Order: sequence, then structure tokens, then C-alpha cells
Amino acid sequence: MSEDADSAVAALQERVRKAAQDGEALAITGGGTKSFLGRVSRGTPCSVRTVQGVVHYEPTELVVTVRAGTRLTELESTLAQSGQMLPFEPPAFGEGATIGGTIACGLSGPCRPYRGAARDFVLGVRCINGKGDALRFGGEVMKNVAGYDVSRLMAGSMGTLGILTEVSLKVLPLPSCNQTRAFEMSGESAIELMTSLLGRSLPVSATAYLDGVLRLRLSGSEAAVNTAAGALGGELASEGDAFWSQLKEHRLGFFAESSPLWRISLKPRNDVIHFPGKTLIDWGGAQYWVKSDTGFEALSELVRPYGGYVTVFGGSDQGARSDVPQDTVLKLNRRLKAAFDPAGILNPGRLFAEE
Amino acid sequence: MTELLNTSFLKELLSALPEAAVLRSPDERRPYECDGLSGYKALPGVVVLPDTLEQVRSIMQLCQTHSVPVVARGAGTGLSGGATPHPEGVLLSMARFNRIVSVDPVACTARVQPGVRNLAISEAVAERGLYYAPDPSSQIACTIGGNVAENAGGVHCLKYGLTVHNVLAAEVVLMGGEVIEIGSEAPDQPGYDLMAAFIGSEGMLGVVTEITVRLLPVPPTARALMAAFGDVEQAASAVASIIAAGIIPAGLEMMDTPAIIAAEDFVQAGYPRDAAAILLCELDGTDAEVQTEIESVSSLLFECGARSVDVACDESERQRFWSGRKNAFPAVGRISPDYYCIDGTIPRRALGEVLLGISELAARAGLRVANVFHAGDGNLHPLILYDSGKPGEFERTEALGAEILQLCVRVGGTITGEHGVGLEKIDQMCVQFGKAELEQFHALKAVFDPEGLLNPGKAVPTLSRCAEFNAMHVHHGELPHPELPRF
Repeated sequence: MSEDADSAVAALQERVRKAAQDGEALAITGGGTKSFLGRVSRGTPCSVRTVQGVVHYEPTELVVTVRAGTRLTELESTLAQSGQMLPFEPPAFGEGATIGGTIACGLSGPCRPYRGAARDFVLGVRCINGKGDALRFGGEVMKNVAGYDVSRLMAGSMGTLGILTEVSLKVLPLPSCNQTRAFEMSGESAIELMTSLLGRSLPVSATAYLDGVLRLRLSGSEAAVNTAAGALGGELASEGDAFWSQLKEHRLGFFAESSPLWRISLKPRNDVIHFPGKTLIDWGGAQYWVKSDTGFEALSELVRPYGGYVTVFGGSDQGARSDVPQDTVLKLNRRLKAAFDPAGILNPGRLFAEE
Repeated sequence: MTELLNTSFLKELLSALPEAAVLRSPDERRPYECDGLSGYKALPGVVVLPDTLEQVRSIMQLCQTHSVPVVARGAGTGLSGGATPHPEGVLLSMARFNRIVSVDPVACTARVQPGVRNLAISEAVAERGLYYAPDPSSQIACTIGGNVAENAGGVHCLKYGLTVHNVLAAEVVLMGGEVIEIGSEAPDQPGYDLMAAFIGSEGMLGVVTEITVRLLPVPPTARALMAAFGDVEQAASAVASIIAAGIIPAGLEMMDTPAIIAAEDFVQAGYPRDAAAILLCELDGTDAEVQTEIESVSSLLFECGARSVDVACDESERQRFWSGRKNAFPAVGRISPDYYCIDGTIPRRALGEVLLGISELAARAGLRVANVFHAGDGNLHPLILYDSGKPGEFERTEALGAEILQLCVRVGGTITGEHGVGLEKIDQMCVQFGKAELEQFHALKAVFDPEGLLNPGKAVPTLSRCAEFNAMHVHHGELPHPELPRF
């Protein structure tokens, strides 16, 4: 297995070297489940699925090292057998999702404000840069400040800096108890309660407001969850934990409507921002999902005063766009890309337009 | 007096800054000649103390125009020589950037200037029931700007993370004077995570002038346990058992006999002087949560062979348990004229092997070592006891430190968990990284600072330096003649 993986990495390296020489763009793919994200790229498909398997997992170290082409479901079930989980609760958006693609896209699930984002749990990576060099950054330990933090830079870079071949991640114990409480209330009251929870020491692990109902997930020891449930009130939600996995995977009825889906992220505020279209608010008020035929420019205009970002998450609007870095920061982004991929062959244009 | 002081550069500097903000005489510059690693000293060419963003911009612009090196400095408490001045350069002290700009109680964030002390942030928001989580041992003195540069940790990292997990955004002045905002209070900003690149970059990429930190609610309850072990391996396995049981303590610290005795002699924390190791474990959260966990942890500790387990009965006893650990460094300072702190991180499973290796290396070097260990996250701080008054002893100490770090790399760890590379560990970077990685680091640096004017000579070694070092010493952690003592 390990030899197979080594030769698969060597083959990828060779592929990248040749592409760099020929100036041939490569479209890096894992399970292909998140190809609807980011900008439209170009290039010959280059699959990382051949680089598979859990390399090292010692539950008591809270670290797992896994090859990038390993399926997310396989990794999650390996962790669950030892009572552990990926703390950032990543959405898969399909059976084939790989851990490499998950980190490259940098998406985090409903627990993000309470446990952290994908990048927060990246401890180390192995990757192939645009010159075909196989590189290793970070490692398998919690604390490591040797060299620049390239590992975390890889999270959310959508394969434009390097092809991930292996990642080391911090994992955490699965909570022994989860409970979802539901509250019927106005959007104003929901947002107030959600933001007030950020400053309270309660075992909240997810919050979402949809159709006049605020749902809170409590996670932790049974004693802690029950005490918090008593303090917060509300009703025990009948659908329980299923709501959160459907939210994470965009399988709630809300997501099924035909208009395009927009993600708006902003700093949590204690008032509701009204967007045109049906809205779901989660992440303690920091993320709005909006189903709307309103175009990017109009939404962007609405979000700008609040310092937030608009990202299109699929739907029928092919011409939809997402926020990209601006001005000097865009220049730095471009130069950073060139520092890792001088020939500009790795997923060109996926994160921001090519020059 | 350096040439810098006679050039047109200085004239321009004086026209951009108030005269009192430009320190020129050797007496004025002397206090800046080193950081917390006092073995490395250099008198800076000139010291500047700006107090506005415009002044920092002017300094960075002038330095770019005149190709003058810039070393930024916070409180100077760093332990790796990251703020050691450049003799022909500007030492840029951010000490006057000491204001808390704003606190947002809704989003639970604070915007602060880089010269604000770490602890001052928590003190300022305490009345709202909030705090800033990373708590390096120097937190009463160190600044948040320095914390960003070093990705500072502390004793609560396992549960609450490092600086990188608790800083959301920053205003940065680039070499040349341009100002940008990196990171964001809104999650997942577009483009690359430049905040991740800047945190822990040791002042090599830009100068941070404002920082947005995340604030957390103060847990309603915190309780501490102390367990004594007759054997270090037992203590290490107890740590593994606690984590295997699904418990993430707020703090989990280990000390070995020499450290226990030194601490006990100094602050009388009530540590058993005859124990091979003690574990300090702090649990925090709601009352209900903490009570359950205290019971589980106590029984796990006994199952793993603890000779005794004491639960602090009140806040003053909890403080007393911690006082020994928090004073471990000065306590060691009392029993030896000097000590040298090492900062390796290892996979916890290798602890027994590494401690044994350290004691063998120390015996060969003829030096004593006391160990304190952030056991939860594998960050080991061996303190090498030495006497700088004895000729050659500091050099032997440094050599021992280097060997300990190479041992850490060999077992799958790293040369620095939280203190940074600076000047001190620059050669060990050649052990941890190969040519291709170092080239990538240099390319990343050049994105922000093509001329290499920011903190030159720190953090990332040149390829030629590594070629020389590897030829003489080690290759990828393999000593050519491991049987030979090295001094």
C-alpha cells in the first residue's frame, strides 16, 4: 500500500514536472464533489485519487495522518471507531469526497464558530508544488513554529499552490451526548440569542435559524448538555441530529429550491440583515445562506457595509461570481501563487482571475 | 557609532519622526541590544519608537528606498533571538502602539495595537466575562504583536489553541510602506489565508500595526489536580489515557524530579520531592462538566499507577498547584547561575525515549537538565543548567541544546513548538527541512520582501548555510557518528 502510494506520488510529481515544462494547465481532482465551487478553471484533469490510505493514526495523540485521495467517509469512520472526529465537521457534498479536496476547499460545517475551521486543524501537509517538488511542511505535533505556516496556507487555496498528497490533522473526541433544542421566535430574537451565546460558556456546538425556528445543538458530557438545556429552555427538537447533517450537506428542503444559492459570511451582529430571497442563518449569525435570483453585484452591494463576502454555491446562474481579493492583496495573492507555481499550471483561475 | 547615523537616511528619518522617537546614542540604543535570549547581542544602528501608522509607513518607505534592514520588536521577551537587532539596521520598537482600539462585545472580538501586553487584553475585557485565551508564560510582559510574530502558545493550547487560532485579522505595513488588511472578522475571506502565513513569520513578511483577536467566555469553573508518579513512563501513559477517555483538559503539565525539587524549594507548592514526575491537570467548563471529569480523571490517574492524586479544594489551592509550574524557570534560575531553555515538540508516545536520550546526552556533556513539559500537546522544555562564568560551558550548553532538538526531529517532532527559530535554531532548520522546502520558504518571503530587508538572517537559513551545516554535522537527523560525543 505504502509503496503504491509512493509510486503514485512519484507519478504525480512527474506529471507536474512535464506539465510545467510544456505549460500545460492541470485541473486537480479528488472526488469531484466540489467542482461547483470557486471560479471556472481550465486544464487537463489530474486525479489525486491514486494516493490513498491512512498513514498513521494514534488516537491518544489526537492526530491522524492521511493521504489526500482517501475518501472522507473512510477517514471519518476510522476516527469514529476510536470515538473521535474531524472537529470542523466538513461537508462532503457527495460520497466520493476526499480529504485532500476537503482541505483544499477549506469548508467547515455548522460547528465552526464553536470548534474552529478546517485550517485550524491542519497540522502538516505533504504537497507537490507547481515545479514538481515534493514538499513537507508542519508535522504531526500540535505546536510547531519552524518555518512559515505553509500547511494552513494550503487550506482553502483550492489546489492553486500545490497538489496536496498527505495531510496531518488534529482530531478530537466525539461528544458523548448531543441534543438539539428548538425555539420558535422572530429573526431579531434569534440573532440576539445566537450572538449572546458566543460570550457564554455553554456547550453549544451549532446554531441555525430557518422558517421562524432557531435550533441550537448542545454537545458534551450528558451532565453538561442537560444542565445547558435546562438553562436555555426551548423544545427538544424531534428530528434531532439529522437536521445538522442535512444542513451541512445542503439536503434540507431549503436548499432544494431552484434559484441560485449564495453564501454570505460576515462578522456576527445583533440585528438581522434582510436579503432578497429565502434565508437560513447559521454560524452564530456569521453566515447567511440565501436562495435568490438577485445577482452577485446587487448582493455584494448589500453586504459591503457590513464587511462581509458573497460566494456563489451553485444553482442555475452560470454567470454568477464570488468575491475575490482586491488591489494590493490581490497582487500579493498572485505573487504567492507564482512563488509556488511559477508556470501557473495548477488549477489556474480557480481562486482569482489569471493575469 | 555606525555609518547609518551619518547618512542622509537618518536626516530623512528625523524629518519623518519626532526627534525623541529616534534613539541615536549608544546609551539609548543599548537596552535594545538583545531580546530574552541574551546570548545573542548586537547594538542596533538606530532605534525608532513610532506612535502612528503614518510614522511606521515612513520608516518602511525610507528603509526600502535606502535598502536598510528593519527588525521589529515588541517587549523583547522572545527566547530565540528573533528580535536581535541588525548592527546596520533600524530597530523598530512597537512599544508605543499600546492602545486597545475597540472591543466588540457582540462578536466577542477586540481590536488592539501590537504593543498591548497579552495579559492586558484579558484584564480589559474581564468585566464582560471574556478573556484572550493564549497565555504564554511571559504574558504579563509580552505583547500581542510579538505573539503574532511567534505564534505564541501557553499552557492552555491543547483545548484553546495557539495565537493562530485566536487572531482573526491584522493591519500590516509592508516593506515600502503600503498598508493592507489581512484576515477578516467575517469567516473565510476570499483568496489565500495570508493571516496564517503572517502568524509565526517572525517579523519576516511585514510589520503588524493593529490586530483583531477573538475573545472567549471565561469558564465558570476551573479545577486542578496534581498526581505524583514513581516513574515518568507511567505519567506519560496517564496523559494518553485521559485523552483516550475523551477528555481534553484545559491544561496538562508534567515536571520531572529536578524541576519538582527546584520549584518546591522556591515556592513550596506542595509537590512531592521524591516523585519521578508530577502531572498537573486542569479541567474547566460548567460545574456539572468539571465535576464529572474530575472523577474520571482521578480514577484514570490511579489506574495508571499514580502514587497520589490531590484535587485542589479551592481557588487558593489551585493557584498553589500552578505556582510551582509557573515559577519553574525562575526556580531553576536559583539553583544554577544560568539556564538555557529548549523548545522541542515531540509526539507524546516518544516521551520516555526522548527523556532518556536527553539524560544520556546531558551526562556526556557534563551538564544537568530539568524538564518541564506541556504534556497535553507534546511541547517539551528541557532547561539546561550551566554557568556562563566557566569558559566553554555556554558553548557546550548550546551544543547539547542542538543535539536535543535533533533528537526531537528524529522521533517525528519539531525543533520549536512555540519560541520560534530566530537566530538560535537557524542551523537546526537544516535538519528539519530539505533544500526544496527551504527554497519554497525563500520564495514565499520574496513575495512580501523581495530585497530581504525585514529581519535578515533570521528564521530561514540560506541554502549555502545549510549545505555547510549538513556537511559538518548531520543529515536529516542522522548523526554520522552517533557514538562520538560532540562538544
